[in-house]
Amino acid sequence: MSLHAELALERPAFTLDLMLDASDGQTIGLLGPNGSGKSTTLRCLAGLEQPQRGVVEITGTTVTDTARGIDVPPERRSVGYVFQDYLLFPHMSVLDNVSFGLRARGAGRKEADAAARAWLERLDIADLATRRPGQLSGGQAQRVALARALVTDPDLLLLDEPLAALDAGTRASVRSLLRRHLADFRGAVVLVTHDPMDAMVLADRVVVLEEGRVVQTGTPGEIARRPASDYVAQLVGVNMLRGHAADGTVSLAGGGEIRIADQAIVGTVIVALRPEAISVHLHHPEGSARNVWQASVTALESRGDLVRVELDGPPTVTAVITPGAVADLGLHEGARVWLSAKATELDVYPA
Amino acid sequence: MSLDPSVMTTRRTTPIPVGILAAVGVAFLAIPLVGLLLRTPWSRLPELLTSPVATEALRLSLITSISATVLAVLVGVPLAWVLARARVPGRTFIRALVTLPLVLPPVVGGVALLLAFGRRGLVGQYLYDWFGIQLPFSTAGVILAEAFVAMPFLVITVEGALRSADPRFEEAAATLGAKRWTILRRITLPLIGPALLAGTILAWARALGEFGATITFAGNLPGVTQTLPLAVYSALDTDREAAIALSLVLLLASLAVLLLLRDRYLRGGSS
Repeated sequence: MSLHAELALERPAFTLDLMLDASDGQTIGLLGPNGSGKSTTLRCLAGLEQPQRGVVEITGTTVTDTARGIDVPPERRSVGYVFQDYLLFPHMSVLDNVSFGLRARGAGRKEADAAARAWLERLDIADLATRRPGQLSGGQAQRVALARALVTDPDLLLLDEPLAALDAGTRASVRSLLRRHLADFRGAVVLVTHDPMDAMVLADRVVVLEEGRVVQTGTPGEIARRPASDYVAQLVGVNMLRGHAADGTVSLAGGGEIRIADQAIVGTVIVALRPEAISVHLHHPEGSARNVWQASVTALESRGDLVRVELDGPPTVTAVITPGAVADLGLHEGARVWLSAKATELDVYPA
Repeated sequence: MSLDPSVMTTRRTTPIPVGILAAVGVAFLAIPLVGLLLRTPWSRLPELLTSPVATEALRLSLITSISATVLAVLVGVPLAWVLARARVPGRTFIRALVTLPLVLPPVVGGVALLLAFGRRGLVGQYLYDWFGIQLPFSTAGVILAEAFVAMPFLVITVEGALRSADPRFEEAAATLGAKRWTILRRITLPLIGPALLAGTILAWARALGEFGATITFAGNLPGVTQTLPLAVYSALDTDREAAIALSLVLLLASLAVLLLLRDRYLRGGSS
């Protein structure tokens, strides 16, 4: 394993208790709301903070072991850290920022500058070498921060909300740039984010953290299809319904019933229902859909080219339809509608 | 709010009594300076400033004030660092001690220095018995007296800058492999550079103008301990025009300091 970490630590806001493993070249996405312990986890991995109990091993070297009193300081860990607001040194040029890590580790100026220049070229920012951080745009600063963290060839790369400070337009391009460079990186990567999109695009495996605890781990696809907590369901935009399954029917905890395709599953389950899979009708639909129920519209909210419709059932769900459909159906807050969902569109899994 | 108050367009009228008193205040500060300029013997100035007493005082003032500043920076910066960053017991006490010379009458500082470093002083007796070093009434004594009153300006300025500097830059440097000394040299000190410069200039200005502690501890010996302010004081009895000429030099030095620090003190506002 390239990275193995077990961390336990108490904070007023949360109690961190988590285990992380990542192999070489793997990117772990640490997903969670603010104050869930994501940044603290990174700080413990980098050695900027010491957990109350815990172990951190980077490519087989133990850098933290509270039981054995091992606490290797940050400067002697092979870790690259890209901070949320980049923390580029304001009094140095871009080139000096990037070569800093090599110079601090004893490289000569010529050698360090050459390596730094090579990284700037790799990230298409060679022309910024003489600028000061204050003269950079968010996207440019992000690239410089990445170059600065990678130039020392670390075994572990930590990215703290790498896209949070960027505007929507820059985000997409920097995200794909990050994706390219993370693919080239040979060591393990831990990426902290509260944006599911970043985790889905950039991570090989996602760890969902809530109040310091791991509530779910899996591939981005698994997390998106089968969220295990309301937080994740809300993040990935999936309707999550809890209930008890028996004989192909789930009696929902919040009221109502859902028919499912799987006759064999029994017990407490979660039914995941994508908002796109729900059809909205003015009258009771006659068709193949196994689940038909009545609901009233509580909110309409436009999201890009689509409209999210909040519907009060039971079951209470969110549907996504086109603005054209909203107009044709004459939807408004308080309107009574019929909803349908095919049993085959549902994902049912044990809670 | 990032609005510059000087470009705000709200109408603000000044009550008349406030305006009158403010004008009195301006006059009070301006008239003595005008007096000095009006009485300056401009034609005799070259001669007055090149007299042996004047050149000696100028030379001595430069040497002692610069030495005192170097001394203050050398121990003041580490002291500021400790006050801002380290968890030392009695930090409040140390800070009070550092601030004391700011409010202490300089003559009291001079007496205290005499009791400490005089030939029979707490430390002075050993300096004399063991090394034959005698600080009072020597140029070194002048430097000591000036450093004593000037250091607080440096320590307080630098400590404030260290406190408000973002410590996460230092953390970022640590993750890049920089050891503590490298971080201090290449990150911390450059980040507080402007404040360090300002503190140094302030300390130098204070050292240059030092009078009370110097005359008490080091005396008023021409060529040895008679710095510019002391020369002005002495000349006032013998050659008034020489005193005015030397005062003019000190006034120019003060104006130069003000000009160098204009970003800090002349802009006003919240910065």
